[in-house]
Amino acid sequence: MSRPAAARHTTYREALREALREALKRDERVFLMGEDVGRYGGSYAVSKGLLAEFGEERIRDTPLSESAFVGAGIGAALNGMRPIVEVMTCNFSLLALDQIVNNAATIRHMSGGQFSVPLVIRMATGAGRQLAAQHSHSFEGWYAHVPGIRIVTPATLEDARGMLWTALMNPDPVIMFENALLYNLEGELAADAAAVDIDRAAVRRAGDDVTLITYGGSLGKCLRAADELAGAGVNAEVIDLRTLRPLDTEAIISSVSRTRRAVIVDEGWRSGGIAAEIMARVMEQAFYELDAPIARVCSAEVPIPYPKHLEDAAIPQVATIVETATRVVRHHV
Amino acid sequence: MTGPALALELLKQMLRIRRFEEKCAELYSAGKIRGFLHLYIGEEAVAAGAMRALGPEDAVLATYREHGHALMRGIAAGPIMAEMYGKYEGCSRGRGGSMHIFDAATRFYGGSAIVGGGLPLAVGFALADKLMRRPRVTACFFGEGAVAEGEFHESLNLASLWKVPALFLCENNLYAMGTAIERSEADTDLCEKARSYKMPARSVDGMDVLAVAEATKKAVAEVRAGGGPQFVEFRTYRFRAHSMFDAELYRSKEEVEQWKERGPIVTFTAKLRSEGLLDDAKLAAIEAEVAKEIAAAVEFAEAGGWEPLENLARDVYTEKTA
Repeated sequence: MSRPAAARHTTYREALREALREALKRDERVFLMGEDVGRYGGSYAVSKGLLAEFGEERIRDTPLSESAFVGAGIGAALNGMRPIVEVMTCNFSLLALDQIVNNAATIRHMSGGQFSVPLVIRMATGAGRQLAAQHSHSFEGWYAHVPGIRIVTPATLEDARGMLWTALMNPDPVIMFENALLYNLEGELAADAAAVDIDRAAVRRAGDDVTLITYGGSLGKCLRAADELAGAGVNAEVIDLRTLRPLDTEAIISSVSRTRRAVIVDEGWRSGGIAAEIMARVMEQAFYELDAPIARVCSAEVPIPYPKHLEDAAIPQVATIVETATRVVRHHV
Repeated sequence: MTGPALALELLKQMLRIRRFEEKCAELYSAGKIRGFLHLYIGEEAVAAGAMRALGPEDAVLATYREHGHALMRGIAAGPIMAEMYGKYEGCSRGRGGSMHIFDAATRFYGGSAIVGGGLPLAVGFALADKLMRRPRVTACFFGEGAVAEGEFHESLNLASLWKVPALFLCENNLYAMGTAIERSEADTDLCEKARSYKMPARSVDGMDVLAVAEATKKAVAEVRAGGGPQFVEFRTYRFRAHSMFDAELYRSKEEVEQWKERGPIVTFTAKLRSEGLLDDAKLAAIEAEVAKEIAAAVEFAEAGGWEPLENLARDVYTEKTA
């Protein structure tokens, strides 16, 4: 039996960088391309230092041509490579939406299973940095609507470190959404942290009274809300979905069937979002297990505004989560 | 292959495309082929002449008007016809139909129905070959309508910036669906656009199969030698409607008739006859051979089955192997 390796202090950003470094070392087919990933070091400094270590062929700065370089990633993947494409923010990824939806997601099925697209696209998502309405949105729910792509949302240091390799070895296109507020997240990570599965949701905190279902940037908020709820005698379970497509429905149903109450916390807009999809699945599969209507805390249906007080009001916050969970727990049929 | 043998081969290949598509039009009217059907009739010299320049290790990307390219790439007529029918025996298992012919064996990567959507992929294909030091060429066919797309400009810039072995083959048939090129391009000189990205460009008479073959051969050799990407414009014309739903309100019958006089098959046939390389008997023999192949393709498609319903969701993702 091996002894657990010593933990070390690190950040989400460094964990991502370490994952990139490992992938580049392990597989000569892997290369990274995107806007400012090389000389600039990555707009969020994730790839800082990699150019010096791996050279210009494998750490490729691209022009501001999202459609061309995302499409080039798809082409290179079809032609035997394992490209990692970084898109600066998910708002910019809309310029490459044609390539992602019409090519990456369709080619396998449309070709009768002849070709796979083993591509990983990484992009920053989320609000909270006063960057206003063209740099702050959360489109992971949108992307999760599309069959043929896999959507992962690392929310912990372990997942930041471990999801990339698994995604790269997956034969199908994977989009990794990195909530920009998480880059500075600090914590302990095992020295031998390695690849993790990208199939299953994880219970980040066990509880019996209500299930908080979330992912990405809202996980930390849900855990803080669970702490506050515990102070009031409410024992909340927190589920980190980790992968938004395909959804781990089993984990959701299993938890909700036990706690009989659920709140979904999602930084996407409320209408037609991933939270709505999760609610629908619970209705379909666990309606009679529920003791209260399910509730959701989502972003307000506005373009994310610049001033801090308005931005804070537009996205899920700990207080709103606590308030909503309390209401759900107090509801009696 | 050179001289008379090559000439007769080129004629035969153009006739294969023409007769295959005439049969498709007939089958469309008979309800055997549904959806969109975009015929290449009039443009045969481009695929017939250009495809010869590529080797089996090269990659080909095409558009939704790609039946001719698929045939010229060496995909058997039977699986192509079965694909038109939507049959399980089709080269894309019937999933794609007329617009989405794919074939791994011949490195034929579609069959794309988003105008300009194949160009970024071509840059990536060529980049992969460059990174892996493989002496391959990626050939990407597209129409002049794609030149108006942002992806054309992004892709040509990126390909040239990175000096990847991509060959951009523009079939300029003068109409993007119903919009004439002078109504959509501020500058109708397409080679100038490529040259503005520091990419060598040449314009060729796309109705002259020998000119197409020669120009493409040169371009492929230069790209393969490591000279970076190139652009070739083939000036051609579509004799039939854009698709089977097109009433052709945007051009005159006289214009179409004038172009038909310059048709790639009629002019090449006349040339070969005048040079004494072709007579009625030889032509009849070629036609008979082509007719036999197409009849067999139709028979293959007719005999095919439908993909079982339980396969509907298969290959949305790669199935995990234990």
